[in-house]
Amino acid sequence: MISLNHFLVVGALLFTLGLVTVATRRNAVGILMGVELILNGANVNFVAFNHYVTGGVTGQVFALFVIVLAAAEAAVGLAIVLSIFQTFKTIDVRHADLMRE
Amino acid sequence: MRSNAGKLSWVAAAALVVAFLGYMTIEVIGPVAAASSSPVAGALTLPDLVFYALATITVAGAAGVALSRNILYSALGLLFCLLGAGGLYAFLSADVLAITQLLIYIGGVLVLVLFAVMLTSRITDIKVSNTSFGFFGGVLLFVAVAPVLLAVALLTPWAASVPAPLAPTTAAIGNAFLTRWLLPFEVASMVLLATLVGAVVIARKEIKAD
Repeated sequence: MISLNHFLVVGALLFTLGLVTVATRRNAVGILMGVELILNGANVNFVAFNHYVTGGVTGQVFALFVIVLAAAEAAVGLAIVLSIFQTFKTIDVRHADLMRE
Repeated sequence: MRSNAGKLSWVAAAALVVAFLGYMTIEVIGPVAAASSSPVAGALTLPDLVFYALATITVAGAAGVALSRNILYSALGLLFCLLGAGGLYAFLSADVLAITQLLIYIGGVLVLVLFAVMLTSRITDIKVSNTSFGFFGGVLLFVAVAPVLLAVALLTPWAASVPAPLAPTTAAIGNAFLTRWLLPFEVASMVLLATLVGAVVIARKEIKAD
């Protein structure tokens, strides 16, 4: 029988792998992927608690808001990545260390 | 450039498969899984098997994102991770959320990420594309964080109750968005508008007057 703990383990693993991705990548796009993983881990927890503990749809509504904000974050983040690439000709985050051209 | 197009078409085919799998998960496997509780393999029932398959896809995809040297393979890992998470949502009777995951995450965010990969890095040169530093640092971070989170998740006595049977939630979510969560809903639309304008302003090329 699948219980709440199974989903919490999946969420924790997603969060940890996302954290590792953010911490170890030098590629800005890779870092954004790590952020998506972290948000997905949080979403799995939201929906699991909603299903097993609270009932109703509040947790699902929160997860939907998280998805909307993740889409916004991805759009702005990738625009920033493109701008960095135009300026520095690389997306290695160690080389993007100037506030102006 | 030819290989790029080939990979892109491969990704598009994978996305089609994902959409089909999600649809089948919700329309076919869900009712069957709800109806059957007899053991299929060993002590596992069919819902157990579905869960373990989805969880494996999700975590394996996430591991691919974290460990792959090539950024394009990282994007593919993200695809499978998001697919598995969508399946888990369907498993938790969050059908609207599963479809939203497919439409927005896989159809929108992942395509944006792929665009950024194609536009920014010379992806044929793997060494340039996604060098990760500090493999041991990553392992150390994983070893430091994962046991804490798992211990909290497994040792805390959650007030879990017997979950309600699977039921569609579309009407309830629509009502919630237009009554209790109306203000956040409108604020989210403003955020999306600001994002739209901001992304264009940031990413455009400035044309010098001279």
